[in-house]
Amino acid sequence: MTITHAFKYAFNNLRTNKTRTFLTLLGMVIGISSVIIIMALGAGAQSLILNQIADVGSNLVGIMPGGSEEEGPPASVMGITITTLKYEDIMDLTIQGNVSHLEAVTAYVRGTANVSWKNRSIDADFTGTTSSYIDVESTDVEDGRFILPEEERTTARVAVLGSQVANDLFVNENPIGETIKIKRESFKVVGVMEERGVVGFENQDTQIFIPIVAVQKLLLGINHVSMARARIDSEENVDQAVEEIKMTLREAHNIDDPKQDDFTVRSANQALEILGTVTSALNYFLAAIAAISLIVGGVGIMNIMLVAVNERIKEIGLRKAVGAKKSNILTQFLVETVVIALSGGIVGIIIGGVVSALIALVINLLGYEWALIVSPGSIFLACSVSVMVGLVFGLYPSQRASKLDPIEALHYE
Amino acid sequence: MSLIEVLDLKKQFGVEEPITKVLHGLSFKIEKGELVAIMGPSGSGKSTLMHILGFLDRPTTGQFKFNGEDVSKYDDNKLARYRNEKVGFVFQAFHLLPKTSVLENVKLPLVYSNIPEKEKIKKAEKAVKAVHLEHRMHYLSNKLSGGEKQRVAIARALVNNPDIIFADEPTGNLDSKTGAQIMGIIEALNNEGKTIIIVTHEEDTAKHAKRIINLKDGLIISDDVVKDRRYAKDGLYK
Repeated sequence: MTITHAFKYAFNNLRTNKTRTFLTLLGMVIGISSVIIIMALGAGAQSLILNQIADVGSNLVGIMPGGSEEEGPPASVMGITITTLKYEDIMDLTIQGNVSHLEAVTAYVRGTANVSWKNRSIDADFTGTTSSYIDVESTDVEDGRFILPEEERTTARVAVLGSQVANDLFVNENPIGETIKIKRESFKVVGVMEERGVVGFENQDTQIFIPIVAVQKLLLGINHVSMARARIDSEENVDQAVEEIKMTLREAHNIDDPKQDDFTVRSANQALEILGTVTSALNYFLAAIAAISLIVGGVGIMNIMLVAVNERIKEIGLRKAVGAKKSNILTQFLVETVVIALSGGIVGIIIGGVVSALIALVINLLGYEWALIVSPGSIFLACSVSVMVGLVFGLYPSQRASKLDPIEALHYE
Repeated sequence: MSLIEVLDLKKQFGVEEPITKVLHGLSFKIEKGELVAIMGPSGSGKSTLMHILGFLDRPTTGQFKFNGEDVSKYDDNKLARYRNEKVGFVFQAFHLLPKTSVLENVKLPLVYSNIPEKEKIKKAEKAVKAVHLEHRMHYLSNKLSGGEKQRVAIARALVNNPDIIFADEPTGNLDSKTGAQIMGIIEALNNEGKTIIIVTHEEDTAKHAKRIINLKDGLIISDDVVKDRRYAKDGLYK
């Protein structure tokens, strides 16, 4: 008996029992589509993170208040307010000789408030930052100008609008020279930013940029900064710059023991690594759940095949009577289970692909750059896993069939 | 050299108590071209004997020579090959694959032989024609009448051109008219030189054979040439 024959018989048998075949397939379809979706989600999420960080720039260094362990995130990114980083610390970094290869450094404080102009008002995020923001973030104004160096050290009441804020608040009118109100404080609009979209997981177009000291004193009543970013001249010099930034800050904060650091300095690559570890762990966890559903699918197949063997005892007897060897019967039933499992796998791949595409579509509509990645690797893995499930869970029923005594099988009632 | 030579053949089931002794030392020969009926009541051992002669089972002791070769100790795979190449079976219950075409059913034994697919189809078509069912070639087996089903089973038994055909109660599930037709086909095949062994408990069916081996309680009580032989052309025989 050739494999071609075994496949032909397998397809015939599956066709004659359509409902049963469908229900048996279902387990595999769910298992395999979960694998495909999970792998696509994992790959998509990783690409999203990569893109976001690449957009920010790989020669950027983040400076956050509060210490952290080597591989872990600093407490400040988890929503805890830490006040150990000051505007003056950031200015220290710019002093000649402190950090070589430093191109620019900027600090940020953030808040959300109702912003109004004439009788219109919207909720917007405001960012207190410095004049070097546009150098660090590689962006520029579309219209007007950005914050000037002399303004950032004072409570200068000027504001630069993100493109969407300008559109929402001023619609078709020119905002330059107009006065907006944030928390009852008046700010004169001096510029509108170019469109940037989502960068670093934040929509940059919904921000209002105001000199950092003005935000600290007029809007938030604080004197610390939430974070700072430094642009280094090239990626190769990032590690050296990170060390120099740490040295400068330790000196400013009178810290001798690096373990006592009250700040965290991370390069974009380090952040990427940490995020990579987190997403991989999540992927493994989800893959384990998918594996469980595959096992359930496999047990379903085994169950159905045992029923099929019982139903077809006479057929097995006949096949043996006309010359089928044990190995022929074993092959026939194994091929049948593999065909069920693989068909389920293929349907699962298609459904998984479609669902992944829908997820990608929705996330893209939300403004994130989410790549749809159903890799040949994941398809190959899904197919191999299907065949393996068929082989493993088909072996016992097939062996049972092949060991049947031809005489007993022929006379089975 | 005889086609089948059996010497003091014994068969028992079970190695520990309770042991069931079915055949108690049978000896006989069957020559090529014979049409033999193995007859006997239920429990006489005729089916067990057929299973051994048809390579479905092995004797416990004694010799079973096929074409001069002692096959009583052959392993499962060798017996399977012999079943595939040397014998054909026609069963009382037809044993056709349901929802499968006549041609595919007839082709079944060839699936387990190493001949090219085209030749398999050619041989199967020839066998279907031999039982005059060419107009049903692509019908599904479950759509056929009882007589047609048995003709398909005969075609399947013929398809690998075996040395011997075993017909186990071939008319048992058929009405007398259809039964006569089936016996006619069996007679015709024997006339063409095929060796055929009919296993039956019905004397009327057995009388279509040239020779009857009569079994009772696992022993041969008679082995005679049929004097008043019946022929299918005589019509109703039940």
